[in-house]
Amino acid sequence: MTALTSLTLAEAREGLAKKSFTSLELTDAHLKAMEEARALNAFVLETPDQARAMAREADSRIIKGDGGPLAGIPLGIKDLFATKGVRTTACSKILGDFVPTYESTVTAQLWRDGAVMLGKLNNDEFAMGSSNETSCFGPVANPWRREGSTTTLVPGGSSGGSASAVAALLCMGATATDTGGSIRQPAAFTATVGIKPTYGRCSRWGIVAFASSLDQAGPIARSVRDAALLLRSMAGHDPKDTTSVDAPVPDYEAAVGRSVKGMKIGIPKEYRLDGMPAEIEKLWSEGAAWLKAAGAELVEVSLPHTKYALPAYYIVAPAEASSNLARYDGVRYGLRVPGGSISDMYENTRAAGFGAEVRRRVMIGTYVLSAGYYDAYYLRAQKVRTLIKKDFEELFAKGINAILTPATPSAAFGLGEKGGGDPVEMYLNDIFTVTVNMAGLPGIAVPAGKDAQGLPLALQLIGKPFDEETLFSLGEVIEQAAGRFTPERWW
Amino acid sequence: MTAASGKLIKGATGDWEIVIGMEVHAQVTSKSKLFSGASTAFGGEPNSHVSLVDAAMPGMLPVINEECVKQAVRTGLGLNAKINLRSVFDRKNYFYPDLPQGYQISQYKSPIVGEGEVTVELDGGKTATIGIERLHLEQDAGKSLHDQSPSLSYVDLNRSGVALMEIVSKPDIRDAEQAKAYVTKLRSILRYLGTCDGDMEKGNLRADVNVSVRKVGGPLGTRCEIKNMNSINFIGQAIEYEARRQVEILEDGGAIEQETRLFDPNKGETRSMRTKEEAHDYRYFPDPDLLPLEFSQAFVDELKAKLPELPDQKKARFIADLGLSPYDAGVLVAERESADFYEAVLAKLADAKRDGKVAANWVINELFGRLNKEGKDIASSPVSAAQLAAIIDLIGEGTISGKIAKDLFEIVWLEGGDPKRLVEERGMKQVTDVGAIERVVDGIIAANPDKVEQARAKPAAIQWFVGQVMKSTGGKADPKAVNALLKEKLGV
Repeated sequence: MTALTSLTLAEAREGLAKKSFTSLELTDAHLKAMEEARALNAFVLETPDQARAMAREADSRIIKGDGGPLAGIPLGIKDLFATKGVRTTACSKILGDFVPTYESTVTAQLWRDGAVMLGKLNNDEFAMGSSNETSCFGPVANPWRREGSTTTLVPGGSSGGSASAVAALLCMGATATDTGGSIRQPAAFTATVGIKPTYGRCSRWGIVAFASSLDQAGPIARSVRDAALLLRSMAGHDPKDTTSVDAPVPDYEAAVGRSVKGMKIGIPKEYRLDGMPAEIEKLWSEGAAWLKAAGAELVEVSLPHTKYALPAYYIVAPAEASSNLARYDGVRYGLRVPGGSISDMYENTRAAGFGAEVRRRVMIGTYVLSAGYYDAYYLRAQKVRTLIKKDFEELFAKGINAILTPATPSAAFGLGEKGGGDPVEMYLNDIFTVTVNMAGLPGIAVPAGKDAQGLPLALQLIGKPFDEETLFSLGEVIEQAAGRFTPERWW
Repeated sequence: MTAASGKLIKGATGDWEIVIGMEVHAQVTSKSKLFSGASTAFGGEPNSHVSLVDAAMPGMLPVINEECVKQAVRTGLGLNAKINLRSVFDRKNYFYPDLPQGYQISQYKSPIVGEGEVTVELDGGKTATIGIERLHLEQDAGKSLHDQSPSLSYVDLNRSGVALMEIVSKPDIRDAEQAKAYVTKLRSILRYLGTCDGDMEKGNLRADVNVSVRKVGGPLGTRCEIKNMNSINFIGQAIEYEARRQVEILEDGGAIEQETRLFDPNKGETRSMRTKEEAHDYRYFPDPDLLPLEFSQAFVDELKAKLPELPDQKKARFIADLGLSPYDAGVLVAERESADFYEAVLAKLADAKRDGKVAANWVINELFGRLNKEGKDIASSPVSAAQLAAIIDLIGEGTISGKIAKDLFEIVWLEGGDPKRLVEERGMKQVTDVGAIERVVDGIIAANPDKVEQARAKPAAIQWFVGQVMKSTGGKADPKAVNALLKEKLGV
């Protein structure tokens, strides 16, 4: 049965349609893989009974011929998505054993299309982190290791569980969310494909909020085609989220394999950082060469405000987070640590419920919104954000179709290796990805090669608003040229 | 625009002027809450009108209720205010158990309604114009219940998320009378518009009152804010007390500390609630869950076209079309229900143009007088508009005299019935038969030669004869005919 877990989603869909195997068989194979891979700590909750029930239902629908586009496909769900009747914690102690009475719009659309839920995936607490080390359920292990080493590496974050589970073949695809790089960076660290769609493409309703103006859901998948298939089901307008956009969802899969001939691809000079590892530099040039070979035109471009993106992001995101997380007060649900007064109860609950990184960001956010500091920090950061957006708009107005950059400044690092003393060391992981969130644009990370130690590296493509199709077409070119990468099993 | 002058406070060091600005919180009349579909009905079981959004469950998002937006625009139009086609919702952050999100969604820098004005009626027929600074939409909080347990507080979220309009006046109010008149007028406008029921007892209309004092014409003083006033009379009392308190402190050489105070109606005094140092830093910022609120001028124009007639317009019409005195017209339009009743009477009258003024007198003096005496409101009036109109018609067509009409009103009040039929059945019809009246007149003149002499010497004494005639006809003689006959017979 191991063969079943190594299929891509697209291949599994074909097999199910041809009745080569059933969804129940496919689901059981993944449940077994999950059981065997508990050392990775990718899942924080396995829901085998529900998975099998959903698989049976999918099988009966497939027989009747009304299976839906994802009929019978077993998926993992990031624990940030509210799942009705299934514990949802955002991997924070403060939510305790919270069980929502509602289903997030994105997951509801996946179930509508026939997908099967295997369980809930680990992530950084409230999606705050770039290594999945801030989860209250403990860190996730990357299925990739350095050649000849047994050192455990992080899978990136915050969607570390999603990336690890997809890379280790525990699920056929996973939901994830991206506020500053939380889909693309873990995808890059695990040789999976991750796309953060345009802000407003997916509904945020029922997703535990981190930074509302930056948060966006997207898939992590085994291939570009799989990512396209998943996004089509996840995307769409939702009247319950007024920031979601009422525009038709294209058939993204049709864009996979579409010619990129004549497309103008920008190479932004500001992304060439001082001290950038040579292998990243090489990967980037290779990617450009592949696109050129496919008929695209490569153009050196400038995004002059790039260097301000990370500092501005670390003002905007914590500011919104400090307000979004105010609801976790011990009054209505989740953890409550009693105290002698209401203030004591708040302080006790929030001190015990939030981890160090969440507390840090709540404090930064509270500070930058305070009277006397608002103009200097929050307002200025918002102005920077407008300038960053303008940088991109100007390029797109000049006929640039997409922008090619490295996805991360390095390959995956070891557990506990970064950010112990200086949190900025960790924040620098998002240097290539945060601009995309600040501008609200779509960005895809596609595996493109390995570093000298055999660890996966990825390239990022940034597109025009609501032009995810171009990213899938270009991503496919890179995937075809670079090939797909699977870690050697050690768990 | 300069504010109308108000009543000054005489101090030992000279006259002090009071400067007042008000923030009125008016609950928007709408079926559902500002950002959720939950009901706004009053008096449900605790936590029975609470949606996932109101309880701030993880991942829940607000969606603006269009009806609340319309109500705010209508109110803005009723306050002759600028309607902002683009406004922004902000988060006002603070922790409290009855505030589930940990922030209130409000409008801070860009409110939906800008500057406007309200004309208020003062004693002695004077008016004052009070400027409106802004009106913005915001969420109400829930309610903390502290009396359910000795050690715990409970929270009822039924009100959480209900839409409020905060209407902020300019500091144009100069004394307690103007302040009371302002809230009264504002309440009246809201009720005419149907945008707030104005029920102050339920807290659906409440005011924060900012009071400072200064030497006449001097620079503005430091203000204190008296929070959560839900009675117009208390507002007046609180201002009187607070202004005197401030004058006393200043005259003793002290300084006013900017603070929030509460009014204790039992003691009739204000007490410090929190000082400026204890004030919250609300960390306002635009709510990233909501796009800026934008609508077209056409949307505003459509609402404007359907706006009901407001008290000022109605008053002007009553004066111009029916010849009412400004005072009477003002009394009738003060409450929407009174105006509605009066207009219902007008609609039933045979000749509203002729009898409109008489009808106003009847509504104000007889009906309101009686209702007040019995502690009833107009909704529970035993005499309907149709019945009152019928009584006035009977006077107008000369079937009964004004005096008989009062008896008839009494009967209708106590027993009900069709006034026309009552007049027939009980023989209350006015005697217009000149021959019959003449016989009575002749008899009285013949029996009272001394009074005849007096009347001839002093024509005013004729009233004695009128009285006698009315007495012996049971008040049914047509007073005009009686007067004419007496004048003729007595030769005055």
